[in-house]
Amino acid sequence: MGVTNINSYDVLVIGAGGAGLRAAIEAAGAGVSVGLICKSLLGKAHTVMAEGGMAAALGHNDDRDNWKVHFADTMRGGQYVNNWRMAELHAREAPDRVRELEAWGAVFDRTPDGRINQRNFGGHRYPRLAHVGDRTGLELIRTLQDHTVYLGVTVHMEYTVIDLLHDDQGAVAGAVAYDRERGRFHMFVAKAVVLATGGVGRAFKITSNSWEGTGDGHAMAYRAGAELIDMEFVQFHPTGMVWPPSVKGILVTEGVRGEGGVLKNNEGRRFMFDDIPDNYKPQTASDAEEGWRYTQGDKSARRPPELLTRDHVARCIRREIKAGRGSPHGGVFLDIAWIKEKLSNAEDHIKRKLPSMYHQFKELADIDITKEPMEVGPTTHYIMGGIKVDADTQESTVPGLFAAGECAAGINGANRLGGNSLSDLIVFGKRAGEFAAAHAKKRGSVKLNDAAANDAMKAALAPFDRGAAGENPYKVQHDLQEMMQDLVGIVRVESEMLEAVQRLGALKERASRSGVEGHREYHTGWHACIDLRNLLIVSEAIARSAIERKESRGGHFRDDYPDKSAEFATFNIAVSPGTGDAMQVVRRPLKEMPAELKQVIEDQKQ
Amino acid sequence: MAQATFKIWRGGSDQPGTFVDYSTEVSEGMVVLDAVHRIQADQAPDLACRWNCKAGKCGSCSAEINGRPKLMCMTRLNSLDMTQPVTVEPMRAFPSIKDLVTDVSFNFRAKPGIKKFAPRKPDAADGTWRMAQRDVDRVQEFRKCIECFLCQDVCHVIRDHGKNDEGFIGPRYFVYAAALEMHPLDSADRLQDLRDAHGLGYCNITKCCTTVCPEHIHITDNAIIPLKERVVSRYYDPITRLLRMIRS
Repeated sequence: MGVTNINSYDVLVIGAGGAGLRAAIEAAGAGVSVGLICKSLLGKAHTVMAEGGMAAALGHNDDRDNWKVHFADTMRGGQYVNNWRMAELHAREAPDRVRELEAWGAVFDRTPDGRINQRNFGGHRYPRLAHVGDRTGLELIRTLQDHTVYLGVTVHMEYTVIDLLHDDQGAVAGAVAYDRERGRFHMFVAKAVVLATGGVGRAFKITSNSWEGTGDGHAMAYRAGAELIDMEFVQFHPTGMVWPPSVKGILVTEGVRGEGGVLKNNEGRRFMFDDIPDNYKPQTASDAEEGWRYTQGDKSARRPPELLTRDHVARCIRREIKAGRGSPHGGVFLDIAWIKEKLSNAEDHIKRKLPSMYHQFKELADIDITKEPMEVGPTTHYIMGGIKVDADTQESTVPGLFAAGECAAGINGANRLGGNSLSDLIVFGKRAGEFAAAHAKKRGSVKLNDAAANDAMKAALAPFDRGAAGENPYKVQHDLQEMMQDLVGIVRVESEMLEAVQRLGALKERASRSGVEGHREYHTGWHACIDLRNLLIVSEAIARSAIERKESRGGHFRDDYPDKSAEFATFNIAVSPGTGDAMQVVRRPLKEMPAELKQVIEDQKQ
Repeated sequence: MAQATFKIWRGGSDQPGTFVDYSTEVSEGMVVLDAVHRIQADQAPDLACRWNCKAGKCGSCSAEINGRPKLMCMTRLNSLDMTQPVTVEPMRAFPSIKDLVTDVSFNFRAKPGIKKFAPRKPDAADGTWRMAQRDVDRVQEFRKCIECFLCQDVCHVIRDHGKNDEGFIGPRYFVYAAALEMHPLDSADRLQDLRDAHGLGYCNITKCCTTVCPEHIHITDNAIIPLKERVVSRYYDPITRLLRMIRS
């Protein structure tokens, strides 16, 4: 079947964003051989798009902050269906992981006394996000990349993994991939595999995600028998660009609101003051003036309502648009220019604090954000759900298969707080690398089951057999995105989701007929055919999990069950391969939280 | 919607390339990458191009548009003369792989040849460091680099003379080296390497790299010239040379 290359590693890391790089660094440090596969060139992964910062309770800007406050904020934001152990580890370890980045050369913005500066973000009680202007993701990925290239990690750039492979006993033993440049197949033999493949945003039409976000890790783990949980929880970021049409969905950082930006409808009203959830009332500003003081570091002030959690802000924006109070291009107004009423050097301040936002709007929309408001609306940004992992080791329900970052689930519960993703990558990327290396050291030599590899390669080539007479893969993907956006989007109802499941069947059938012609060299149409299989699995997982959760919680909002239900607070929804082709949906009870963590949450309720 | 014509370079490493005309619909606000995607979806599914973020942050979609090195995702059609066909071709300084995709692997080999970041010992009581914002501003300018390699594409030392085959690292890696050299915590010394191995002297500061940088990094003025000055004052300043001779 044209395998040109067999690579053997102790630990194979699939994905080279923040989590994958951090895992590779840790595994290499443990003295095992490490292979790192990235779908794009090194350093281009979606992490690079992260803007606002990484959350870590360093307490530099407010010494009242500590891991307990961060933990409680994360659990509250996730509506208490998070894996509490992951939330705890994350809050405890993030500060060390951030300091470590500085020791590896990262250059964060500074406080007046020369420490790492921290900014405000939604759902975080105190200023907590270590940042570099609004390009923190670039700083993170470049720091990790520049650290990695000196470690002897073998990087396979522009390789896409088709499937995980097993040994004859059924344990994960590697993967089969193709390279984009030549379209050749490559086998990877590994004693442990870390999935760090990011998200699934390309399942939706309006998304901040790049072409890579096709749920590869989610779907490969699923096919390998691993359980996915919380797939109904998709984060629609409240502020994506809405105009011009070609940039619809591109992210506008929450940092704009952290720096004092306000949301207004077409009547000029700050509508976020109209709907503040009860559990956030004690920590939310009572008027515009208090909100402004908070963004400027006044410790006695409370957060403006623009900094409520993303799920809530996104729904409020949608409500304004639906009620006809939106902006000309179907969004609402996000205004940072107004701060010139408060700051004499506002223009320079905005350009320094939000340089890439200034740049992005200037070049793509002809808008000068220091002078006029932006138009923004919700965009598919992140999936809280993913591969179920052990909190401490990041091992999935399949032995030897680890996962970290967005493709793993648990830390975020029903809704992720902004800034918790970058810190998640480095906290759990490290853990995944550490425990994958330990697993590899214990495991003897592995041998791949060749038959499975041959099947995977044969299936991957099928689109060429069908040729141009087959379905156009771009068209199938487009129709899938449209369907998911319309029927399983930001507001859901049972009947539409049932229809979605039906239509997924038809789309699956069309995808199985997708065809391309030409050569295998850098054939993006062929790549689209292969990605479709993964997109369809994650889409089905999202739809089926969303049907099962008959309540509204965090990122999952149902028009037919608009309230939270106590019953549904007690379990996660999990999917795994059932008999035949069927997807099995089960409820997994949450583990009992230890008394001391319960107490932490109680103490932070004020 | 209006129609526009794009002349897109098609060809691979083992076949001679040629421009192929594609006519496609264009609408308000579109960038060149949108047009390429539309052509890919409707007319040429095997058209190869790199892209990721579509917002000027990842540096994947570098190309030469009407002969100018640019990011396709940040080049709006209304900035081009749409009465004429728009030419889109790969970065010409790099070997072709297919269509708009080039072999940029030289860049990834160059980086590990530069001495890595080596921080001095932490000196604050909490085991970290203190740095003032004004001391990191310059380094932050360099760290904005998105590694699009447009500066490498346009550097005549690479493009016309192929000196990268002999160790010349190019503007991107002078910026990388400058970011390390000017990092307040760094303690390594890269000047000798820059002079002897990395070909800093080849740069004759024509500033082409600065002109094409989508991040507006002052590559020549802020990175290359200060590095050249450091090399000069260490190795070529007569007084320093004399002192060195006496000391040795």
